[in-house]
Amino acid sequence: MSKEQVSKQPPVVLEIKNVTKKFAVDGGKFLTACDNVSLRAYEGQTLGIIGESGCGKSTLVRTLLQIHPATSGEAIFEGKDILQAKGEESRKNRCKIQMVFQDPTAAFNPKMLVKDILTEPLKNFGMIKKEEVDAKAAELLQMVELPAEFKDRYPHSMSGGQRQRLGIARALSLEPKIIVCDEATSALDVSVQEKVCDLLCRLQKEKGITYLFICHDLGLVDLMCHQVAVMYLGNVVEWLEKGRIAEHCKHPYSQALMKAVFKVDFKPGEKIQPLEGEIPSPLDLPIGCPFQSRCERCAEICRKEKPVLREVEPQHWVACHFVK
Amino acid sequence: MLLEVKNLDISYGDKLTVANANLELDKGEILSIVGESGSGKTTIIRAIMGCLPGAGRVSAGSIIFDGKDVLKNTPQQWRDMSGKEMSMIFQDSGNMINPIRRIGVQFIDYIQTHSPATSKEEAYEMATKMLANVHLPNPDNIMNSYPFELSGGMRQRVGIAMAMTFSPKILLADEPTSALDVTTQAQIIRQIVDVRNEYHAAVIIVTHNLGVASYMSNKIMVMKGGKVAESGTREEVIGNPQHEYTKQLLRAVPVIGGKRYYE
Repeated sequence: MSKEQVSKQPPVVLEIKNVTKKFAVDGGKFLTACDNVSLRAYEGQTLGIIGESGCGKSTLVRTLLQIHPATSGEAIFEGKDILQAKGEESRKNRCKIQMVFQDPTAAFNPKMLVKDILTEPLKNFGMIKKEEVDAKAAELLQMVELPAEFKDRYPHSMSGGQRQRLGIARALSLEPKIIVCDEATSALDVSVQEKVCDLLCRLQKEKGITYLFICHDLGLVDLMCHQVAVMYLGNVVEWLEKGRIAEHCKHPYSQALMKAVFKVDFKPGEKIQPLEGEIPSPLDLPIGCPFQSRCERCAEICRKEKPVLREVEPQHWVACHFVK
Repeated sequence: MLLEVKNLDISYGDKLTVANANLELDKGEILSIVGESGSGKTTIIRAIMGCLPGAGRVSAGSIIFDGKDVLKNTPQQWRDMSGKEMSMIFQDSGNMINPIRRIGVQFIDYIQTHSPATSKEEAYEMATKMLANVHLPNPDNIMNSYPFELSGGMRQRVGIAMAMTFSPKILLADEPTSALDVTTQAQIIRQIVDVRNEYHAAVIIVTHNLGVASYMSNKIMVMKGGKVAESGTREEVIGNPQHEYTKQLLRAVPVIGGKRYYE
């Protein structure tokens, strides 16, 4: 991205402010899945969210889609807080925010024809007549580069990559402003993944869609996303609105993630350095920095005081006591 | 040569799934089989292990393991061999372990099945030692856990510990890290490399992560549509790919700092 493009930041589509999500568990305890998360997504751009399993990335987007209610916080979309929307209003919101799921096998009703799968969202919103179904399905299939004949098939007769395109086509049917891709390419082979990502980028350019792209492949996130947020234990620990993660990441956790990536062009003798241990239980969050138990630089202050996200350079926020 | 597979054809019913596969592996070597889903990667290692499902069978060729043609094995010979001379870890070891029995009970069962002379106490001792060996914290606690109480990475370690109990000569790993995230994947891969160094076993790993293949292997075999597209040493395949499909695969791997899709 050239410098000129960076300065012309498109308008904010979704502003997530201090979203917290706690789940009640047995014994009156609470599991904190998202802890005071604030992020912004821009029109026609991709916000990548990375982190290990259990870091709350899926919970965050599910909260935004009102699959479960937020404990506190707000998400401003088109001037309104969508987390407070109820009934018909929240149903209407879903028309504008759609989702592509990780497992393309489990995402569809196996007994429905492809054309019915693709147009079901339109039917739900009364936006399509019966006689238009075939034409619309064919149009959607074409959009995701699948042959129009597929409309009379069942999803089981399609390959994984084709099914994932189907998921994208279904998400597109309502012409949403935002599409959430929750590990949408994790189940695919690299060559198929590349094609699906190309497709996503092309559609983004054509329609100005914003993606929330959840993924744990750092390489892919780096290539797909305009902005990147790194989450750990429900917290955003680093947020880059511009620049590449490889060159600019500063948080010890982001750097540790970088070191665990398998590159194809390994030099002999080069070693990966994975983080030791596992993500702590979100049931009893530590006082202080969430990353303290696995951080090499952990010191006294990290155990006492939780670092807040600070802007360490323009459009780059880091939550660490040691990154100035 | 520890393992020699020659002109192997594998069919499911009448359908030829793998055609004319050849591979050679020596002690202490790691071979990665890469390729897209459905290309027959798993089928090959299942044939080596003698556990092709359903109508699957080897229709031609030979598998010579440690000087013996394993295709002539009787069921009893297979039983004696698996676990002791060759063993396997799966994509999610959680699916291999019985979900309603504690890890410990099953681990002891496993040890006693393969080595009936071992007492329960000895077996327990062996199991905890193996669990500690793969860097699982608090092995006694793990022995007392149900599979669902462990994370994916921990279950995978339990799988590795079980597989290595009898120091097999070859370890077959079927996409052992596909279900894990980056840090856990790195931990497990390092664990498998450690296991190779410690036991001097040969390893065949099926993966679709070319980074993993490039990192750990001595040899790489690329498969497409049931045929071997290319095979050779790591340096040959990664550094100087010959087959168009290998080049295409290598290009498709997202590289940090590479050209962005939207540019």
